[in-house]
Amino acid sequence: MSRITPPPTAQNDSACEIALVDALATDRLGKTLADMVGQRDVIALWGDLGAGKTSLARAIIQTLLAASGLREDVPSPTFTLVQTYEAGSLPIWHADLYRLSDPDELIELGLEEALEGGLLLIEWPDRMADELPAERLDIELKEVGDGRVACLTGRGASWEDRINRAQEKMLQNDT
Amino acid sequence: MLDQQGEWPHGVHPIGTERKTEIVTSLTVMGIETSCDETAVAIVRQIDGAGPELLANEVLSQIEDHAPYGGVVPEIAARSHLVHLDGLVKRALKSADLTFNDLDGVAATAGPGLIGGVIVGLMTAKAIALVHRLPFIGVNHLEGHALTTRLTNETPFPYLLLLVSGGHCQLLHVKDLGDYVRLGSTIDDAVGEAYDKTAKMMGLPYPGGPALEMIARDGDPTRFDLPRPLLNRKDCDFSFSGLKTAVRKHVLALAERDELGDQDRADIAASFQAAVADVLDNRVSRAMAKTKDQLGEKPRLVVAGGVAANQALRARLTETCETNGFTLEVPPVSLCTDNGAMIAWAGLEHLAAGHTSPMDLEPRARWPLDKSTTR
Repeated sequence: MSRITPPPTAQNDSACEIALVDALATDRLGKTLADMVGQRDVIALWGDLGAGKTSLARAIIQTLLAASGLREDVPSPTFTLVQTYEAGSLPIWHADLYRLSDPDELIELGLEEALEGGLLLIEWPDRMADELPAERLDIELKEVGDGRVACLTGRGASWEDRINRAQEKMLQNDT
Repeated sequence: MLDQQGEWPHGVHPIGTERKTEIVTSLTVMGIETSCDETAVAIVRQIDGAGPELLANEVLSQIEDHAPYGGVVPEIAARSHLVHLDGLVKRALKSADLTFNDLDGVAATAGPGLIGGVIVGLMTAKAIALVHRLPFIGVNHLEGHALTTRLTNETPFPYLLLLVSGGHCQLLHVKDLGDYVRLGSTIDDAVGEAYDKTAKMMGLPYPGGPALEMIARDGDPTRFDLPRPLLNRKDCDFSFSGLKTAVRKHVLALAERDELGDQDRADIAASFQAAVADVLDNRVSRAMAKTKDQLGEKPRLVVAGGVAANQALRARLTETCETNGFTLEVPPVSLCTDNGAMIAWAGLEHLAAGHTSPMDLEPRARWPLDKSTTR
C-alpha cells in the first residue's frame, strides 16, 4: 500500500506548518518556494489522491516559467510519469510515480539526469524508497477542515534558512 | 522526405510521382502502437476509388497485467511490449495473408506516451523499414486518434475533434492532414484519469472508467453537488482536478462515519459522471460556436479516445450536437481505444501525401498535436 506521509523529522531537519486556506494560498506558497529553488533541488510532495500535490507543483513550475517569460500548461504527469520544462537555463522535472510499484522501474524514467542539474518535483515519492535523495524538501499536504495544511520538512542544512524564509513570507502575506 | 542531395533515402519511391502514373494506386501500411497499455499491430490498405480496408488488427491489452497495481506500470509495459511485439507483427501479416514485401510502408507511434514503450515500437518499425527497404513514418499518437474517423467513417476534412482518453483531453479543429488547431485542453487531469482516480478512491477495480460507468447507472446524479470547473469560461479549456478533490471529500466524510455503501458509491459515481457530462457539453458547445462557420455545410463533431466508449457521455454529446446543429461521428469502440489501425491509417495518409520520417526520428514523451509533423 502506498505511503502518503513523509518519514518522521530527524535531528537536523527543520520543519514548519503553513495553513493553506484556499487555492490562492496554495498559489502563494508555490510562488514563495519558486523564488528559493534552483539546480539540484529536490521537492518531494506527499499526500493522498486529491490532496493538492499537482496544484502546488503547477504553481511552482508556472512561476519559474513566468520568470523566463514563458507560459505553459502544466498537466498532471500521472499518465506520462514525467513532464519536463525549461525555465531559462533551469530544467524542471515534474514526476508522478503513482503508477510505479518497484524502485527498479525508476531507471527507465531517467530521474538521475534531473538530479545532475535540474529541479526535481516528485509526487508519490514513497515509490522511490531508498532512491529518494536524502537532501530534499518534503511537503506533506493534508486536509484540515475546509482548508489544507502544508507541512514542510527540510532535510539537510541547505533547507533550514529557506524554510524559515518561506514561513516568514507566508505569514507576511496572511496579514 | 528528400535528403540534401535530392535523393530519396532508404530506397523510398516518391509516391506522388511514379505511382500516380499507374492506373490504380494501392497503398498498404503496417502500424505499430506501443505508447501505453496496448501492444498493437494493424495493416490497412487504400486502393484508389475504393474505401479504406482494415486487413489486420491485432491488439494485446496489458490491462490484466496492470490490474493489481491500479494503473499502467511502465516497466512492465515496456518489457511486455518487447516480449509480444514480434509475435503480433507476424500474426498481423498472417491474418492479412501478406508478407513484408506486400507493404508500402511501416508506421509507429513516436509519441507522446510512456517513453520505454514508445522506444520499443519505434525501433521495431525502423528495423522492419530498414530490412525490407520500406518508407518509415513516425506518427503522433494523438493524430492517430484524430484521423481514425477517416478510416472508419470516411469523414472528410475539416471537423471538430474531442479527444478524451486516459492521458488526454482536448478540443481540436482538424483542418487538414497535419493542420490541427488546438482550441482547448485540460489544464490539469484528463477525463480518463479523473475517472480512474475517482474509481480508485471508491475502491472500484481497474480500469476505473468502465467500473464507474457501470455503477453510475444505478445512482442518483443529483445527490451530490459537485463542481463544474471552468464552466462559462470564454476559452475551451477543461479542468477536472477540483472535481476529483470534491469527490474525495464526500468519500472521506462517508467513510469516516462508516457509511460508504454500494448505493452511496453509485450516487457518487452518477453525480461525478453528470458533472463530467456538463463540463464536456459546455466546453464542446463553446468550441462549436467558435468553429461552426469554418466547418462547411454539415459541421461534424468527432469523438475519439477511450472515453468515447462511455455510453452516458456519448448520449450527452449526441444532445450537444443536436442542440448546435452538428453531426456526431464516433469510430467503433474497438478503434476508439488505443490500437494499431489508427497508427497504420495515419501513416498511410502521410505516405499518400508523400511524407516519410527520417530514421533518426526520436521518440517523444510529450508531443502536442498542434505542433505535429512527421518531418
